[in-house]
Amino acid sequence: MAKKKPDAAPAAAKQSDADLNRELLHSMLLQRRFEERCAEAYALGKIGGFCHLYIGQEAVSTGSLSLLRADDYIITTYRDHGQALARGITPRAVMSELFGRVDGCAHGKGGSMHMFDKSLGFLGGHGIVGAHVPLGTGVGFAIKYRGGDQVCLCFMGESVVNTGAFHEALNMAGLWKLPVVYVIENNRYGMGTSLERASAIHDIYERGAAYNMPRAQCDGQDVFAVRAAMQEAIDRARTESTPTLLEVRTYRFMGHSMSDAVSGTYRSKAELDENMKRDPIALLRMHMHEQKQLTDEEIQKMDEEIKAVCQDAWDFADASPEPPLEALFENVLVDTTSEGLGSSV
Amino acid sequence: MAIITYRDALNRALREEMLRDDRVFLMGEEVAVYQGAYKVSKGLLQEFGEMRVVDTPITELGFAGVGVGAAMVGLRPIIEFMTWNFAVLALDQVLNASAKLLYMSGGQFNIPIVFRGPNGAALQLSAQHSQSFESWLAHIPGIKVVTPGTPYDALGLLKSAIRDDNPVCFLEGEMLYNTKGEVPDEEFIVPIGKADLKREGSDCSIITSGKMALLAMQVADQLAKENIHIDVVDLRTVRPMDIDAIKTSVDKTNRAVVLEEGWELAGIGAQVVDYIQRECFDSLDAPVVRVHQADVPMPYAKNLERAAKPDVAKTIAAVKKVMYL
Amino acid sequence: MATKVFMEALSPTMEEGRLVKWIKNEGDAVKSGEPIAEVETDKAIMELVARGDGVLRKRLIGEGDSRPVGTLVGVIATADENIDALVASAGAPAESTPPAAAPAKAPESAPAAPAPQTQPQSVQPTLAPTPAPSGDSGSVVRSSPLARRLASDKGLDLAHVRGSGPGGRIIKRDIESASAAPSAGAAPMRAPASGNDFDDIPLTQIRKTIAKRLSESIGPIPTFYLTAEFDLTRATEMRAAMVEMGDEFKVSINDILMKAVATALAQHPEVNSHWLGDRIRQHNRVHLGMAVATPDGLIVPVIFDADRKRMSEISREAKELAKRARERKLKPEEYTGSTFSISNLGMFGIDQFTAIINPPEVAILAIGASTDVVVPDADGEDISIQKRIRVTMSCDHRAVDGAVGAAFLQTLRRLIENPLMLVF
Repeated sequence: MAKKKPDAAPAAAKQSDADLNRELLHSMLLQRRFEERCAEAYALGKIGGFCHLYIGQEAVSTGSLSLLRADDYIITTYRDHGQALARGITPRAVMSELFGRVDGCAHGKGGSMHMFDKSLGFLGGHGIVGAHVPLGTGVGFAIKYRGGDQVCLCFMGESVVNTGAFHEALNMAGLWKLPVVYVIENNRYGMGTSLERASAIHDIYERGAAYNMPRAQCDGQDVFAVRAAMQEAIDRARTESTPTLLEVRTYRFMGHSMSDAVSGTYRSKAELDENMKRDPIALLRMHMHEQKQLTDEEIQKMDEEIKAVCQDAWDFADASPEPPLEALFENVLVDTTSEGLGSSV
Repeated sequence: MAIITYRDALNRALREEMLRDDRVFLMGEEVAVYQGAYKVSKGLLQEFGEMRVVDTPITELGFAGVGVGAAMVGLRPIIEFMTWNFAVLALDQVLNASAKLLYMSGGQFNIPIVFRGPNGAALQLSAQHSQSFESWLAHIPGIKVVTPGTPYDALGLLKSAIRDDNPVCFLEGEMLYNTKGEVPDEEFIVPIGKADLKREGSDCSIITSGKMALLAMQVADQLAKENIHIDVVDLRTVRPMDIDAIKTSVDKTNRAVVLEEGWELAGIGAQVVDYIQRECFDSLDAPVVRVHQADVPMPYAKNLERAAKPDVAKTIAAVKKVMYL
Repeated sequence: MATKVFMEALSPTMEEGRLVKWIKNEGDAVKSGEPIAEVETDKAIMELVARGDGVLRKRLIGEGDSRPVGTLVGVIATADENIDALVASAGAPAESTPPAAAPAKAPESAPAAPAPQTQPQSVQPTLAPTPAPSGDSGSVVRSSPLARRLASDKGLDLAHVRGSGPGGRIIKRDIESASAAPSAGAAPMRAPASGNDFDDIPLTQIRKTIAKRLSESIGPIPTFYLTAEFDLTRATEMRAAMVEMGDEFKVSINDILMKAVATALAQHPEVNSHWLGDRIRQHNRVHLGMAVATPDGLIVPVIFDADRKRMSEISREAKELAKRARERKLKPEEYTGSTFSISNLGMFGIDQFTAIINPPEVAILAIGASTDVVVPDADGEDISIQKRIRVTMSCDHRAVDGAVGAAFLQTLRRLIENPLMLVF
């Protein structure tokens, strides 16, 4: 039974491929700059409702999704902007969705918590804590049913492990050996309640034992560590049809959502500052700088380009029309049947 | 034409559809090795194997979600709940996942899934095992809710439900499984959303569905002896509801009794009455009367249970009331 | 919670009332429904009752003061309740409309404070075939939506249909039986075939022309008069015989006349009608108005269903109504709803006169004094003295033609001259 201690994820597996590293940096920086603009748009009322930012956790999405094939699947929580961008949904489509516009990746019907793109196997951000874990399990079941070698990555926060849905789903995945990687983004707080105050065990990857499931823990601020741990899990799923419970230790730099304080009663400013020293983007830049893979000018240039992309996304979303009123009653049901014909109704 | 049980009708529908489409699979508690808690899936494991007839742990929330996930990526799951009473645990997956993914994704993910199992009261199963969930489910946009009352309807509607590209909640009845009825030998389907006139009469309409359609037919047969002729409208599907059928009948009879198995407040009958007042206002000669379960948890004691359930006598009394008799 | 005392509309047409007398003093305990004051309406003196329990804390107007309907005239409250604001509000009469008496909005609230009714009484509240549940005004015709639609299709006025459903609700079968019934005009003696209180007769072209032409000729009600003289010999004998039997059997000639008129009306619904402008309403029930002179003027109390009442009942009722009319104690429902009226000035020594029709009625019968007349025998050889009486019927020619009126008087003659027929 595979079981990895956190330090066992080999930091030595760091990429030497400068091009790949540049892609990883670009992906993470795009998420960062994009979400900084989200915060601004939220403050201006262009984004409504709940808006949960991913800032601080970008190494998890980028590290994981950089290893997937185009026909693999991703399913995640309401903190989904980062993964959507990392999977390749365009900044324009994500920003339009956030603005509630027709060019959004759910045509303005989902919003911040519900990014979808069927063509990318992006099965959505889901809003009920834990409820999407059985869905991800079902995707794994379907892969196995069809005899395919795809993989489903099922992302969740650490608070999900205390839900019944998590337990029920992982038990079946372990029982039936489904090709799913359950990625726990342990950012330490379920809203304002720390892991230590919510879970009876604190090394939560150990929960995998209950489901006879391979499990591991890795540093979520180090994109290479994420990639290394994830590669093993993905391979296991793809070649052995075996699920993995992967706990990725990360930190949320922002509040739970835009309407929550960044620090306060539940975590101190000092703790926040301490953790922000391990900004995943800064760590990667430092590494690339050390490896002389990236000059300051190149970084500057990349940043400017990304900012321009984010500005373009903003402008595009701002110009995109609101959904037509007839859309209100569309997409409640489809009018087709398994024959692809008009339904019996 | 053969006379078969409701149980065998469902079994035949499952088998025919699994033969027809290899994306269709059956999942639930005791569906495979045990051959089904109510033997609806008898023989299917042997015929289709364990990948398509899947026993699950007792974990409704989990396997309902597994079904939705599988449907998201192209399979056509049939999720069997041992009873709808247990499906309450899975309501989140029905409500928040199956019914909403198409809408939330802006039309990208339709969920072709069937949730099925017995609904409503059997005999002396007491409060937690005797509930009717039609109105709970019918409240939700994004799903269909089907309530067949006869073997013919069960067979034809289950086939339609499996072929439907939307989530369908299929409510059977423990007390129905052994009931018998005529079913054609050749393949057929019954469309979802179409009511059936189970008895024709001009004096009063009884609007009902599912198991209660049987009761309504008994009422109609009994009243016919008193020369009172009832139009029995079996809705068969409560979402979407066949408003035209309701309108046609009530416009003809000018009087309606709405009969349902569940509780009164916000019940299916409340919706039917709303359609009637909207569509048939000028046809009404009497206020519509509803027959439903007493507004209490189902008691265990035989006499109390009988008193709580809708029955022939209560329905006849309701008919006579709207007929001013 | 204080209860406001408003000037209530105590008659159908009352717009203003004069508080004649406070029955309760300030500080007196009152119970809901208990009379607290007497109010003179345009027709009678009525009691104003308390609408809540408590103490009559304040009388806001004095005896003899008149106030429009809806004015706050007093306050009932608990003994220690602060009613200053309420009392102060009485200074602003515009605001003191009683919520329950807003006529346009809430006809159902009539029992709390009868709403002024401007229309002629199309339905008799006290005569609703099935008693309406309390809290519901008799002026609301309950009917199922289907019944309303069917009635409209068949041109039936629901006000004529007797409801057999709960609370008198008119339902499909009532409409069917009402429309299946033959026209009341051809009905035999006092048997309204429709079973309705009345039937509306659409105006024929000729009727319309007669109405129009004659109205142009002589005022809005083209009236003509038919006079007849009846022999009262047998009526007098009958009365004498009844008086002999004892005081309890004592009836007046006028009582016999009223009974005869009522009986004749039942056989001549054309005369027992209302002119409604676009149609004639033939009543199948006979509500006989009797003009009574009072010190304040004429009032016409009504003997309802007079044709179905025994002579003794008519006699007793007539006496009682006349007495209370003179005392101004009549309730509005006692002087509205007549289908035909009579006026008797015989006691004033008037031999013969013409009376003015009380619209929408279509005829009125003026009765003079009975006089002794010398009459020769059939062979002319002897003479006898007969008691005779002259009646003059004023007829609205729009509804009643001369021959119709004459036929009625013929019937009346037969009945009065052969009074035993009245007990047949």
